[in-house]
Amino acid sequence: MSMSEEMMGDMLEKYPEKVLKNRKKHITIVDTSQACQQIEANTRTIPGIITQRGCAYAGCKGVVVGPIKDMVHIVHGPVGCSYYAWGTRRNKARADENTPADKVVSTLCVTTDMQESDIVFGGEKKLARMIDEVVEAFHPRAISICATCPVGLIGDDIGAVAKAAQDRHGIQVLSFNCEGYKGVSQSAGHHIANNNLMEHVIGTGPDRDPNDRYVINILGEYNIGGDGWEMERILGDIGYKVNCVLTGDTSILEIKNLHQAHLNLVQCHRSINYIAEMMETKYGTPWLKVNFIGVEATKKTLREMALCFGDEALIQKTEEIIAREEARIMPVIEHYRKICQGKTAFAFVGGSRSHHYMHLLRDLGMEVVVAGYEFAHRDDYEGRQVIPSIKIDADSKNIPELHLTPDAEKFQEAHVHLNMSKEKFDELNKQVPLSYYEGMQPDMKDGEVMIDDCNHHELERMVRTLRPDLVFAGVRDKYFVQKLGVPGKQMHSYDYSGPYAGFNGAMNFARDITNAMTTPAWKLVTAPWEKQNQQ
Amino acid sequence: MLECMPEGEVVHTVGKINPTKTCQPIGAMYAALGIHRCLPHSHGSQGCCAYHRMHLTRHFRDPVLASTSSFTEGASVFGGAANLKTAIKNVFEIYKPDIIAVHTTCLSETIGDDLPTIIKQSEVPEGKVVIHANTPSYQGSHITGFSNMVKAMVTYLAERDEEALRRKRVNIIPGFVNPSDMREIKRITASLGVDMTMFPDTTNVLDSPLTAKYDMYPEGGATVEQIRDSGNSRLTLALGAWSSNAAGAALMEKCGVPCVPLKVPIGLKATDDLIMTMREKFDAVVPEDLTLERGQVVDTLIDTHFHYQGKKVAIFGDPDIVIPLTEFVLTMGMIPKYVITGTPGKAFEEEVGAMIEAAGIEDYIVKAEGDLFELHLWIKEESVDLLLGTTYGKYIARAEDIPLVRVGFPILDRAVHPLMPITGYRGCLRLIEMISNALLERRDRDCLDEDYELVL
Repeated sequence: MSMSEEMMGDMLEKYPEKVLKNRKKHITIVDTSQACQQIEANTRTIPGIITQRGCAYAGCKGVVVGPIKDMVHIVHGPVGCSYYAWGTRRNKARADENTPADKVVSTLCVTTDMQESDIVFGGEKKLARMIDEVVEAFHPRAISICATCPVGLIGDDIGAVAKAAQDRHGIQVLSFNCEGYKGVSQSAGHHIANNNLMEHVIGTGPDRDPNDRYVINILGEYNIGGDGWEMERILGDIGYKVNCVLTGDTSILEIKNLHQAHLNLVQCHRSINYIAEMMETKYGTPWLKVNFIGVEATKKTLREMALCFGDEALIQKTEEIIAREEARIMPVIEHYRKICQGKTAFAFVGGSRSHHYMHLLRDLGMEVVVAGYEFAHRDDYEGRQVIPSIKIDADSKNIPELHLTPDAEKFQEAHVHLNMSKEKFDELNKQVPLSYYEGMQPDMKDGEVMIDDCNHHELERMVRTLRPDLVFAGVRDKYFVQKLGVPGKQMHSYDYSGPYAGFNGAMNFARDITNAMTTPAWKLVTAPWEKQNQQ
Repeated sequence: MLECMPEGEVVHTVGKINPTKTCQPIGAMYAALGIHRCLPHSHGSQGCCAYHRMHLTRHFRDPVLASTSSFTEGASVFGGAANLKTAIKNVFEIYKPDIIAVHTTCLSETIGDDLPTIIKQSEVPEGKVVIHANTPSYQGSHITGFSNMVKAMVTYLAERDEEALRRKRVNIIPGFVNPSDMREIKRITASLGVDMTMFPDTTNVLDSPLTAKYDMYPEGGATVEQIRDSGNSRLTLALGAWSSNAAGAALMEKCGVPCVPLKVPIGLKATDDLIMTMREKFDAVVPEDLTLERGQVVDTLIDTHFHYQGKKVAIFGDPDIVIPLTEFVLTMGMIPKYVITGTPGKAFEEEVGAMIEAAGIEDYIVKAEGDLFELHLWIKEESVDLLLGTTYGKYIARAEDIPLVRVGFPILDRAVHPLMPITGYRGCLRLIEMISNALLERRDRDCLDEDYELVL
């Protein structure tokens, strides 16, 4: 069943006038006959609405910075913020040739645990002391300091504390002013993290080895459930050198070398597009929006990547690996497709994931009928061509923009990075849209719903009306959806499974969602005596 | 695991590394969920509300609904009054709760929002209620927040009507425990024939059944009316000093209801104390069933003591859980080698210390306001046979190869715990089973083939 204007009216009817006016703009029933359907996004949530959104701190520390495995991440604030972001995002990390086991410190939860006296008299001294003790105890390669709400309010200068500690200890100490109240969602925190890594870390490593070929970065991949490892497996088999995954299972050493890549891949557009764009400006590195979620999507991504390097051998190897993997996984996918075919889903997850999973679900014969994001911007829905027309409001103005210029030594034209002529590069650009993301809308069909910052009331109403077979959302929504008799699957944490990316991921995902829909208990919801009473 | 752990002397004088506490607001949110048709409201940034809901949901695997004032930078500068007023209006119109329980955050506390005034100026529909608790994240812990919200229930709602006194009714403030424990305490009280009002009460809220008929406000929770009427009860039992005493004292002061502070009834002695208190105060007759249950616990303790007696255990978690748990572990003949809570309070150290000393044990460490990093350092120095505490102990468990029995809040990596009590005599059996099994599994796993036995 698809959503009608009437159903939408019923859903919004309950709202006070101001809320109604606001929420209408965040909901689009897709109509492909219209040239451009605008959706409002990245604007304030009205107080009192049960939103799924988090804060800037969650976007900065929780998403982008937290996974960096060889840094001690000190959260400056009362205990909670650090505690809730401790091990809850499933960013898997392991020791490797760059980072021995004793340098993996990201499983620690470190907080200044601010007390009332720190709020009154300031927490800078405590923070400085904590840095000293942490350096002494763990000898980390680098430290991050993430600010929480009260830090900005009381005026602790974490930048100055970081600078002094950096001078004292001779290791990099990064400070992130990602106070929770900044911006309107996690998105502000992504931007703050991107800026800081760009300004202080990226490009500080040695230059690229001229003999290296097919060097890539995967930006916006956080290795949840091992997704990044599956991508690296496939890319390694084809012959790419994965220079750095930002920031899943990565180290500060690797981030310093980010500029060494020939091509940046962007998996999660929202959280990392700033770095992709800034690297393009500063180093000329081209970027490609990729999607490793879904068999067909992965194949398309791999083929586009091969075209980017324009090397026949690479193109051929890509096809070989695709054939090898498909022979292995398609019987499994086919098995599950028979069960999933024709079923519908809702998807509310991530900074690109609602879009990504449409592809994997289509591989399985399923359709996403309602999709949305918590913290996306208009370009994540409508495509990057709308960026110049996005109104800058007071909330986004508070997040500083870095104005970069091409690096005097390291900048090279995109075609030079890809080792091809300008003409060939222009040809490539016609085939493969570099430095562009089309958003989720072009992949949606008439009558499907695109909804921004979907709240509890709307989700409950839509689940009741449209009765999807499966709802992909966060942990906060999973259980109420299930109480309504519809399976819910956490797509931030994959219900502790994974990987879901790449070819192996597609098999895992197919198995998991089939289990979610078919677990025998769904047939036992009504007690036998209640059934008798109903007859 | 944790190869980064330092060796030898470590200076750790500020902050927390691997804390075993969190901030006040989550406790306030949990308490508020124990009021029927209540929507907890977080007056702060969206992230606070999102994190608290996430964390509670992960522990309970049930829906946790709460709204937020959605502070932006502007509200942080100019104050959050407008946000809260808008929120209250919207919540009552859209989500229609009977009551909104507002708690503050470090943000709204730091800027000094005056909640009572803002609430007075808000549009509250006839018959609906808004209460609030100040829960600055930079004081105490989640337990303090729980305590503050339960106290707010009393100060806002409880009333005394001399005409309507209920001489046979007890108020039970259960402390920050699972719904299963609240259910067990209610069962014991009912079997003693004593009328009761429990608040907060998260049974049928956070252990609700799947019926395919979802209601945003489940059946459970103490009603506003019941909490109001608690001022007319004969007695209050405040279970757990850290989470319940403040509310008990407030009820005594406001309505003259006497309060008996007791431990959360974890373990044989604490359960005995609960039953004896009700027997004494209400002339309750202890039914055969309870005597039988108690006898089964004693029987099991005698039968199984050699599985665990003399084993050293490290206990960590919330004070109201850890204190009676330490008592029970001593009843089992085990040695509580390290006992810590993240919540501040010297009284914790004194009470636990006295218990351990009374058992004739001299070599132990007890600490309030501790963290798991410090515990890990102690364990590296001198190990234990068992860890007893929350999920966060699993890193030490793996790094040092020590079994972990999960007790308390939060448990994020195992299920069913919110449905199974650790309180009362049945809770004793469950604890004995979990502890014995953990140690026996270890023995079976580690022993030589020739020592591997069928019967243990």
